[in-house]
Amino acid sequence: MLVDRDSTRTADPGPPDTPPRGSPAAADARRAAGLVLALVLLAAVCVASVAIGARSMAVGDVWHGLFHYSGTDDDVVVRQLRVPRTVLGLMAGAALGVAGAVMQALTRNPLADPGLLGVNAGAAAAVVSGISFLGVTSTTGYVWFALAGAAAVSVLVYAIGGTRSATPVRLALAGTAVTALLQGWTSAVELTDRVALDRMRFWQVGSLASASMATVRDVAPFLGAGALLAFAAARPLNAIALGDDTARGLGARLTRTRVLAMAAITLLCGTATAACGPIVFVGLMVPHVVRGITGPDMRWILPYAAVLSPVLLLGSDVIGRVVTRPAELQVGIVTAVIGGPVFIALVRRRRMAEL
Amino acid sequence: MSPALPRRAASGTSAPRRARPGVLRRGGLSLAVERRSLVVCAVLLVTALAFSIVLIGTGDYRIAPLDVLRSLTGHGNPGQDFVVRQLRLPRVVVALLVGASLGMAGAAFQTVARNPLGSPDVIGFGQGSAAGALVVIVLLKGPAWQVSLGAVAGGLLTGLAVYLLAWKNGVHGYRLVLVGIGGSAVLSAVNSYLLVRADFVDAARAVVWITGSLDGRDWSQVRPLLAADLVLMPLLLGHGRALRITEMGDDAAHALGVRVERTRLVAVLAAVLLTAAATAAAGPIAFIALTAPQLARRLTRSPGVALAPAALMGAALLVVADWAAQRTFPSGQVPVGVATGVLGGGYLLWLLVTERRAGRI
Repeated sequence: MLVDRDSTRTADPGPPDTPPRGSPAAADARRAAGLVLALVLLAAVCVASVAIGARSMAVGDVWHGLFHYSGTDDDVVVRQLRVPRTVLGLMAGAALGVAGAVMQALTRNPLADPGLLGVNAGAAAAVVSGISFLGVTSTTGYVWFALAGAAAVSVLVYAIGGTRSATPVRLALAGTAVTALLQGWTSAVELTDRVALDRMRFWQVGSLASASMATVRDVAPFLGAGALLAFAAARPLNAIALGDDTARGLGARLTRTRVLAMAAITLLCGTATAACGPIVFVGLMVPHVVRGITGPDMRWILPYAAVLSPVLLLGSDVIGRVVTRPAELQVGIVTAVIGGPVFIALVRRRRMAEL
Repeated sequence: MSPALPRRAASGTSAPRRARPGVLRRGGLSLAVERRSLVVCAVLLVTALAFSIVLIGTGDYRIAPLDVLRSLTGHGNPGQDFVVRQLRLPRVVVALLVGASLGMAGAAFQTVARNPLGSPDVIGFGQGSAAGALVVIVLLKGPAWQVSLGAVAGGLLTGLAVYLLAWKNGVHGYRLVLVGIGGSAVLSAVNSYLLVRADFVDAARAVVWITGSLDGRDWSQVRPLLAADLVLMPLLLGHGRALRITEMGDDAAHALGVRVERTRLVAVLAAVLLTAAATAAAGPIAFIALTAPQLARRLTRSPGVALAPAALMGAALLVVADWAAQRTFPSGQVPVGVATGVLGGGYLLWLLVTERRAGRI
């Protein structure tokens, strides 16, 4: 389990006249304040996401579109395009961040990320099969296939790379191997079926651009269920961080917790991937930042991840809309370009004994 | 002897079941020859050639293996001669050369990295050359030779960048692998973006190219590849003994009279150039460089990765993979890179499962 250097600072005794900084109550108060701050940040990013886009409009027009809808072009853009896009980004971002945090805790692996572990490739392979062989065209249809693919791959990768003698390298390699296998399948289907290729290449880059309220409604129940499971697993995951034997000694039910956590990861990643395409590195980066703020307690990590991940995803989406105006850079590319260096920095910073 | 020992032999440095070498003596010179390696090499060569003949006969117009042989030796009928010599022979020759180049390059990389995972695929060469090719196809709209050039440049740049990023008081094998995985993830996002920007015809062409394909290869692809192989392969084989001694560690190798740094530099340069030449001819074909040396080592039961068996294994693997791809999808739309990707992914999984029992990786 990763403990960032910053988190040890809470143990320092504070000045004598204030309550000691290390006391649990003070730490909790500090974390709660941080969470409020994060929520403010999230609100700011949401405003930016609604207000900034290919079509430039004044803040007043955005306001008008939101609250006094009268059917002008600007109103339609705000209501039909930007609001659904922002809402979907919020949900998908939170899902990816929480899934990444649960995955890193479950596998005790600081480099775990749904994208790197092949879950996205599983979802992609299942979706392309659905498009090509069964003629699926709607997001609702994608969801089921993506879920099935994500579930199959997460179980497989975890079984091969995640048990007992697991190391980050094993798990990453298992993810790479599964990804290679499934990419072979995906490209075989794409190359024999040109219609599927044309649909897949747009889905595969990872984008929020095609969001609509219908999509949001379709994916909401899945994401809600996944989030509930993840939060239910938070306490036992804390125990698992101490090692299997200690966790058992503390009364955590290992198998039940693992199943719960896997189900949460599958629901969250599979649904988010179905709705936006594969997005890498969000689930990797945010939990690391969060652990630096909160320390290793999952009960704080999860809410923080749920708030800060959409900040990253929506922020990346806004950046993608601004840098190549009037065209757009898809959000999956922006997160990969931001996340790759972070990943490499993490790899470089860690001592090899831990890897 | 504990039952774990043979498996350790398959994955590491000691070799309890090592084949006994025969010794050739002539005058003052003597040469140790491992009989098992020789037999394995011969079997691999025969397999590669036999499948080449079957492969030449496979396609829309089927030709029996005996007729193929007749055409090749100059006794066939004119119609079959044209199909065999002008259309299908160059493709098969490219396959053999590309497979051999990748296999030998992989063996050199793995010896230098002292790690079965030190292959160009793992350090992002494949995604890098795909990115290079896509830039040429989508942004510059270049012809085929520029695509090859772009792929080689992209692969080399990526490999260099990954190597430098993984450098921190020397390159640790696992850090290299992980940095490579991260770099590949970034590049695959860039590749998806370029695919989206492309119009549909370019996108279809690009997908075939970046998967690695042998379709439509003719003698103009064979010549530069053959020239590169004729220079680089003997060079590498000449350094083979020194290279194997470096596996004993730098100090021991120094003491045995090997110039370690020079040997390593020559090996890495030659391996990079071999990979580049193969990529220019057929695109980034996945995983041959990773799997061929390891499979060959398991067959020969040699303690380290050997160059010649790896090259032969690579050639055999690629020809078999191409045959399998053509048989599974007779319309010829699925390039060989798909087959090697599936093969290599499966092999890597198998490696992870079996090596776990031995407590490695």
